[in-house]
Amino acid sequence: MTDLNYDQTLHLKNIVPQRAIEEIDLWIKKYPEERKRPPIIAALKVVQEHNGNYLTEETMQAVAEYLDVPDVAVYEVATFYSMFHLDKVGRYVISVCNNISCSLRGADKVIEQLQSRLNIRAGETSDDGLYTIKTVECMAACAGAPMLEVNKTYYENLTEEKIDKILSDIAAMELKRAAVRSTIDDAASIEPSEVKD
Amino acid sequence: MDKVHIEIDGKKLEAEVGSMIIEVADEADIYIPRFCYHKKLSVAANCRMCMVDVGSLPKAVPACATPVAEGMVIQTQTAKAINAQKSVMEFLLINHPLDCPVCDQGGECELQDLSIGYGADVGRYSESKRVVKDKDLGPLIATDMTRCIHCTRCVRFGQEVVGIREMGATGRGEHMEIGTYIESSIESEVSANIIDLCPVGALTAKPSRYKARAWELRQSSSVAAHDCLGSNVYVHHRRNEIIRVVPKENEAINEVWLSDRDRFSYQALSEGKRLLTPRIKRNGEWHDTDWQTALNKVVAEMKRVIGASKGNDFGMLVGNSVTTEESYLAQKLIRGAGSNNIDFRIRRRDYSGDGSGMVRSGFNFPMEKLDEMDATLLIAADLRHEQPLSAFRVRRSTGFGQVMAINPFDGEYNFRLTHELQPETNLLAQEVAAVVAAADKICPDVLSAEAKEWLASVEFNQTHEKIASNLINSESSCLLSGVYVQEHPQAETINWLIESLALITSSSWGYMTQGCNAAGNKIAGAVPMRSAAGGKSKPGKNARQMITEGMKGYFLLNCEPDVESIWSEQALKNLQKAEYVIALTPFADGRALEYADVMLPIAGCFETSGTYVNVEGKWQSFGAAVAAQGEARPGWKVLRVLGNLFELAGFDYESSQQVINHLREKFDAVGDIRVARKIPSPLTLVDFNEATRESLGLYKVDPMVRRAKALQQTPKASTHHISISRVKT
Repeated sequence: MTDLNYDQTLHLKNIVPQRAIEEIDLWIKKYPEERKRPPIIAALKVVQEHNGNYLTEETMQAVAEYLDVPDVAVYEVATFYSMFHLDKVGRYVISVCNNISCSLRGADKVIEQLQSRLNIRAGETSDDGLYTIKTVECMAACAGAPMLEVNKTYYENLTEEKIDKILSDIAAMELKRAAVRSTIDDAASIEPSEVKD
Repeated sequence: MDKVHIEIDGKKLEAEVGSMIIEVADEADIYIPRFCYHKKLSVAANCRMCMVDVGSLPKAVPACATPVAEGMVIQTQTAKAINAQKSVMEFLLINHPLDCPVCDQGGECELQDLSIGYGADVGRYSESKRVVKDKDLGPLIATDMTRCIHCTRCVRFGQEVVGIREMGATGRGEHMEIGTYIESSIESEVSANIIDLCPVGALTAKPSRYKARAWELRQSSSVAAHDCLGSNVYVHHRRNEIIRVVPKENEAINEVWLSDRDRFSYQALSEGKRLLTPRIKRNGEWHDTDWQTALNKVVAEMKRVIGASKGNDFGMLVGNSVTTEESYLAQKLIRGAGSNNIDFRIRRRDYSGDGSGMVRSGFNFPMEKLDEMDATLLIAADLRHEQPLSAFRVRRSTGFGQVMAINPFDGEYNFRLTHELQPETNLLAQEVAAVVAAADKICPDVLSAEAKEWLASVEFNQTHEKIASNLINSESSCLLSGVYVQEHPQAETINWLIESLALITSSSWGYMTQGCNAAGNKIAGAVPMRSAAGGKSKPGKNARQMITEGMKGYFLLNCEPDVESIWSEQALKNLQKAEYVIALTPFADGRALEYADVMLPIAGCFETSGTYVNVEGKWQSFGAAVAAQGEARPGWKVLRVLGNLFELAGFDYESSQQVINHLREKFDAVGDIRVARKIPSPLTLVDFNEATRESLGLYKVDPMVRRAKALQQTPKASTHHISISRVKT
């Protein structure tokens, strides 16, 4: 018997918080009701944010159910756009454009430099969970080719030095993070009796 | 529709406004090469192969996506067009493996054909080609995805025609791949049509893979035997072996499609365990024998059992895919031998309507009209699993019309319903009656006083009223009942209700029937209450009586009541108990080995000539594609010889054509007599257990399908799985 009471929205509601659902609903409202596929991109972005920056089979299926579209339609979008990650990625996702303009301006060298500095291949994530290198299609910054993106920041007109700078900035930031973390950890390890007075 | 005047290659043509250049060219028999364009699918314009030269435009344009305009002059053979096509071909071949010698599509490949016309002798591409991992799409479809040229016909087929999108294009640019959602196999009941659609060798038929080359095959026209639509097929065979079955275009029936069941059932014939000689059981052991001995034994035993019981204790059960010729001779034989116990309706519970209704059962309108219905009411019709291709037509009508359903079981629809009622199976008649009563309230001047009295106590709610008013207010509407309705304990009441509802709402009506030849079998007289062409017959026992009450002798004509009947357990018990069981069958396995006493090998589908009458009443005759295996003979010949041995008159036919012509003459002389249905007895509540739907399941409907290996390996073979029906496109 067809279960008319089956709630297609439950699956996603169990995975992401209410405010994420509200954000997705906002996007759904922007399109005509019978057009089910346009909000896929927005929904995937929201869900990815709440899922540790990557998508799983379960989350894609939940989105498909929520939007009432075939599973494969969601999968198509998730595989098409390079901003969606189908595997666990590092804290810093470095996306290097390798389309025509960037290629002509030395994208190959950019990739090579990143690979040797970080000791991982394009498409891989470093063991410490910090870096992922991805090669991606055009990100509409041809005027500044060659270019790359770290998480949501564009870096254009790359040179060897610039790339070194980007990487050392990240490393410095990480050192700071680690220091902050260890202070917090230290604070947590202090016995309550010691903080009297 | 407004017309424009155009010219293609110097030929002056008239075309409808809005049509694309390629459509007009196809109609005028001017060939334009193409890969992604298909007349039954939407325009994608992604292969760019159909470039043509339009006089007024600076560059070549795709013929599939360029609408015609007044005065357009189109050239398909100018340098501009040919150069564009050659460039496209060069791009398509960059990543194509060119492995034609080991490709199953070789010899019938659109890419191969066109590369001869448009490909260069030597490729200029010297970089590495890409390789795509093959997908596992299940036991029916083999994949070689490196060969794929991304025309997306398979994707569009799922989305547009089937309504269940299983394939998609994932990835981007050079990394684009055609596949399913993360390694899932394809489950639809019409999946293999993508094999025909694929213009290259990316999707090929798994069961016939590496079996033969296209140019070695011979092609015979035939008719598919596993649902009541009667889809037209081509049987491809080589050296008397069936290699594959493909659809034969018939816009009025199967269009260009074929269900997986009709396409792959042939495997039972080429790879199933076949009965090759007549066999007789002596002291519990089977012995091969010659036809003469076997037939004499059959005649002697029939005479003995029929003689001893004045015909009461012997009966004939006729299978689902028996041809009209066979059932005509079969009923002649058994009536001539002194018994009227013959029936093909081994899944019917209610026989109270015997003698009324039409001579044939089925539709009172052509199937094509399903496409155009403004309102359709499905009554216990599981179209996708019973007559898969009819669901395409109903789905098409949902583009503008409404489809409503009274559905007592889990229905998987590939279209959206506007209203759905879900009664328990035993309350199906009550639910239909409620719609009739609601319709009667809106249009009170149609039904007779007697019918109104019958309906007086029937209560209805808003949904019933809505359904009724939708049917009444629609310009064209139809009522379509599924196979289960004829199996329902109140089948006759429901039939009467459906016809009454059709009368009030001026709708067409159609009954889907089990098997491929219910109409033919009924016309031929393979029923206890009527002889051929609605002729008179002393009443005999019906299938239910024969099966459940038990008899001394059974004659099974390509029928396995121990599986197919609703009372399968009782059937098995009574067949085992019977004194003498004669089985005419193409197969040498199954329970017949236990219960039969003599087995006569008859030809299977595609091995015999014959005629099926489809649910609309179309008589479709076909010849044998291949000869029967071993000593097996076409069923009609075996029955003819039996008639001769009984020394009965009217068994001197020399061909199946003569048999069918004879029956046709009789039928045409009386026409499709319609005896008005009597107003049924008042509606009672049936016991729930008596009304269960003992569905045979998609791939268990007849002996042949049950033995088709690849079909049995599909997920859908494990009968119906309960799932939520939703359409997603």
